[in-house]
Amino acid sequence: MQITIDEAKCCGAGQCVLVAPDVFDQRDEDGIVVLLNAAPDAGLHAAVREAATICPAAAIQVRE
Amino acid sequence: MSAPQASRPRIAVVGAAAAGLAAAEGLRRLGWDGEISLVGDEPHPPYDRPPLSKQVLSGTWEPERTALRDADQLAALGLDLRLGTRAVAYDPAHRALTLDDAGRTVLRCAGVIVATGVVPRTLPGGDTAEGLHVLRTLDDALALRERLAVSGRRLAVVGSGVLGAEAAAVARALGHDVTLIGTEDTVMGRVLGPEVGRLLADVHRAHGVTLRTGQAVTGIRREAGRATGAVLADGTVVEADDVLLAVGSVPAVDWLRGPGAEAAGLDLSDGLRCDEYCAAAPGLYGAGDVARWYHPVLGREVRIEHRMNAGEQGLAAARNLLSELDPERFGERRPFTPVPYFWSDQYDMKLQAHGVPAGADRIEVRVLGKDPLRLAALYGTGERATGILALGLPPRQTRSLRALVAVPTPWPEAVTRLTETVGT
Repeated sequence: MQITIDEAKCCGAGQCVLVAPDVFDQRDEDGIVVLLNAAPDAGLHAAVREAATICPAAAIQVRE
Repeated sequence: MSAPQASRPRIAVVGAAAAGLAAAEGLRRLGWDGEISLVGDEPHPPYDRPPLSKQVLSGTWEPERTALRDADQLAALGLDLRLGTRAVAYDPAHRALTLDDAGRTVLRCAGVIVATGVVPRTLPGGDTAEGLHVLRTLDDALALRERLAVSGRRLAVVGSGVLGAEAAAVARALGHDVTLIGTEDTVMGRVLGPEVGRLLADVHRAHGVTLRTGQAVTGIRREAGRATGAVLADGTVVEADDVLLAVGSVPAVDWLRGPGAEAAGLDLSDGLRCDEYCAAAPGLYGAGDVARWYHPVLGREVRIEHRMNAGEQGLAAARNLLSELDPERFGERRPFTPVPYFWSDQYDMKLQAHGVPAGADRIEVRVLGKDPLRLAALYGTGERATGILALGLPPRQTRSLRALVAVPTPWPEAVTRLTETVGT
């Protein structure tokens, strides 16, 4: 799994942080998503896919 | 009429925007290896709507950037993708979906997910004229953007909700002469309450938007077939080169009406009525703007026209439909109990709301700064907090306020934690 982030799309909802806190965080200044781990272990894949699906700004892209 | 025999069982997803795409992807990911027909009435592959009133309208994004998936990602889903195709009927008893294509194709389905969204409300009489705009589709946004590409336009925006406020902000930032017309002296006041609504109205005024409040728009003035202004209830006219109608929307359920729907007992009175599993009838699920469902934590029916709900509910509907079709393989159905979320960008402000602020009977607003505007607000109904608004707050504070509405929190405790969180 390879995750990419489009910072310009991110709206800072923080949903990804709630779903997959080991993979995503938010910048303190503006809430923009921070990718902690671009290639997480298989055990985190389901959470990452869910984060990508529910991201309200479609800022998370996942390639498998 | 043709009814091709499907060699594999089929699930049809009607509506090819965020909710429909999330449903189709969810079905595939959860292991559905049958056919998936994704039916969309627009010619474009699935695209995202929030940027339409922001980056697309302002011209900072080209339309391609709104695409939700690229061609390779779509191809990998192995969809029977039917774009530019309208669904015109569904018979729940026979699980037969009729498409308005050349062959009037009837698709036999194991299940159907309805994600047809909403259509913009228009004025009484359904006025149309050149220069009269709505803003729902990519083509709508591009039409208005083309008009705003010429400097010095006068734009009248009818409706001071989220969409109207965003479009007004974009047009002002482009230097146009903007009049925002609303029935109340607020911006987004119906959703966020009068105090926040007045503060937002002040921000728009400070940016040079003319607010015309307290009057409904009764019609569009036109000359030679072209809109030249909005007519207010007292007869005065807001002169304009273009008029944007942003007065809400209605669920796109008309295609579902018919004897089949009646026999199945579908309730289409405000969207497709679904239960807590997003099910409207056996094998029939709803997702996104079009779906009104029973939210067991809120204890009432809701229909949510927010982008995040589209993704979440698309996924939930996919999961529950598969569970209904094959519980042994896909497990039990689960109630859909999200914490709603929406955001809005206006000028340099980003508003974020979690939970349900609309309809609150108590609101606690803490203004943390006026220039730029920073605030936190707590919304409550009965004895508990139901929604929060964060404007210019650090993400950690926003997340801790969200926690107040993620689980039912008594109002006094929520107010105390609001104070602790924002320090005032």
